[in-house]
Amino acid sequence: MENQNLNLLDRALGLDGPSEPWPLSGRVVLIEDCVETSGSFVLHQLVKRSLSPTSSNVIIFVAFANPFSHYDRILRKLGCNLVTQRDNKRFIFFDMLMLRCPDVDEGKSSEGGLVLLYEKILKTICGLPGDKKDYVTIMIDDISLVEVAANGGSDYVLDFLHYCHALTSEFDCSLITLNHEDIYSSMERPTLILQMEYLADILIKAEPLSTGLATDVHGQLTVLNKGTSHRLGRSGNKIHNFHYKLYVVLWRKKLVISIDKGYSSEKRSFRRTYHVNGRLGFWNLNTLCVTHLLNG
Amino acid sequence: MADTICRTLRDGGLEGEHAPALTIKDSKASPFGFDVFNYVLTQLSNYILAGKSQSRGLVVVAYSRSPSFYVDLLKRRGIDIASSHDWIHILDCYTDPLGWKNWLIDKDISQEASSLSSFCQDVRNLDKLYSLIIEQGLIGQGKDRFSIAIDSVSEMVRHASISSVAGILSNLRSHDQVSSIFWLLHSDLHEIKFTSVLEYLSSMVASVEPFNQAAFGQRVDLENLSMLEQNFRKGKFHVRFKRRNGRVRVMCEEILVELAGIKFTPVLSEDEIINQRLLPKVQFNLQLSEEERNERAKVVLPFEHQGNGKPIQIYDGRRSLGENKEEALVSTGKLQPDEDSGKGQIIYFRDSDDEMPDSDEDPDDDLDI
Repeated sequence: MENQNLNLLDRALGLDGPSEPWPLSGRVVLIEDCVETSGSFVLHQLVKRSLSPTSSNVIIFVAFANPFSHYDRILRKLGCNLVTQRDNKRFIFFDMLMLRCPDVDEGKSSEGGLVLLYEKILKTICGLPGDKKDYVTIMIDDISLVEVAANGGSDYVLDFLHYCHALTSEFDCSLITLNHEDIYSSMERPTLILQMEYLADILIKAEPLSTGLATDVHGQLTVLNKGTSHRLGRSGNKIHNFHYKLYVVLWRKKLVISIDKGYSSEKRSFRRTYHVNGRLGFWNLNTLCVTHLLNG
Repeated sequence: MADTICRTLRDGGLEGEHAPALTIKDSKASPFGFDVFNYVLTQLSNYILAGKSQSRGLVVVAYSRSPSFYVDLLKRRGIDIASSHDWIHILDCYTDPLGWKNWLIDKDISQEASSLSSFCQDVRNLDKLYSLIIEQGLIGQGKDRFSIAIDSVSEMVRHASISSVAGILSNLRSHDQVSSIFWLLHSDLHEIKFTSVLEYLSSMVASVEPFNQAAFGQRVDLENLSMLEQNFRKGKFHVRFKRRNGRVRVMCEEILVELAGIKFTPVLSEDEIINQRLLPKVQFNLQLSEEERNERAKVVLPFEHQGNGKPIQIYDGRRSLGENKEEALVSTGKLQPDEDSGKGQIIYFRDSDDEMPDSDEDPDDDLDI
């Protein structure tokens, strides 16, 4: 059942065919979401697809939003063991939660921090064995927090994204990023998200239905495949739209609510933590597991 | 019409004249600017190779794609750069525009330079960029002229000020050896000021607009999905030419984007006008409908010779309204029964009957200055 349900999104992305060559090689994917409809489930699905046994992909996951435990918990429910993949060097996790640029000489250090991150990614790719170097996927969760880490320097973020884009042509790797569209909706000219949309080959938008809230459907996904001209044999511009519903499984009845996020290493337990969504103060459920895609 | 643009670039500029410059402008709603850019690039390359153009060489300033992308692109269009590339040079502002790779501690990660492309590692320094472009253009060409293609001025202006970008483009246009120049711009990334500056600098402005304007910006639903899909396959292509004699010509075509490239088709529907009148695009309706024209013709003007043989009577507001039907009247809000329906009237009420009729005397004569 799960395989059938995932086919709609996979088909839209060209992932339902053979895993090699990886259909997303050399392509840039942008996932846009908003508070009402979080797009992180798309990212989780892509992680799962990239790490499937039939493919030889390596994921470099740059996490600004959540710690490793968060993704591990979710991917476990999806049938993917991130700890094992990490040990097999197929899932390389960069924990960027504590990236803070020092106050002194802010401008230079924001850029410097991103240069170092770029260097880290580049070195990781170059350090991979020859056969794995061609199947790298870089995932960034999420760009709005990269901007926060750069002290609001969206120019530095764009420079960093440009260099990541250059990696896609140099090493044929794919770049998957997540950003929140509603953060920029009040700006007259939201340069950062517009630039990202121009850079992206595939745009996946998670948004509420135009008719408003519904009990059966959580939102709609629109996949726009721009069809870059340098990839022969790929389909041309295509737009897919379907409705989706997320199933959430509560695996403990007693819920612990705290402001801290992530794994509590002192208590050595997986606490279900509800953390305040930094953007608008909504409580965000973190343990979604299965996506059930309905045909729109 | 896209071919007209390419021919204009091919023919270049006359002695002592600025090189023809093309701005290709698009937006998020119809992001086909890059496809148009590639089309123009391919056409110009074909002209250069066939020896039909004024320029003998081409310099591509690559900001948003790698040099290998352009090599592949031209190869797919039947132009093999690898074998003979004296005529083309790519300035690579894509791979390492800010010199980050120089900062890397481990210098083993080296870059492969080729004879086809050279690196620019500091795109913030536009003077240096200018010299690099001219240097690359003159290599191999000698005294011959060359053309320049800049794949994204939007990227260029991220690293430099508007005035310096305008300066470098202007300098390139006015250089003796430059035959023609064209660039791509994403209009929604910039202030209108920057777009206007570039439009003033260009002799041709080609803008790509969405096929269905109404569909853009709305949330996707089943109704507008097909329109949105159409917007990502088709578009409208408006070109404004500035002629040497100062006249401006506007033309329009339709674009169809396919896997193999972009196709331009003339507009066939009756609603579209190929040569549009140059009315400014404002929210007011500046044109008259047929009915409005008729109504206007019927209005009797107050102080004009009516041409009907009767002596001219100028109404001074003293006579009662019932006596003279042919008087010109100005309405001040009091509604009169409309005796002559269909005839325009201007009804004028004087402020008071004590006022002297208008005379030829200058009312300011009694001032003691």
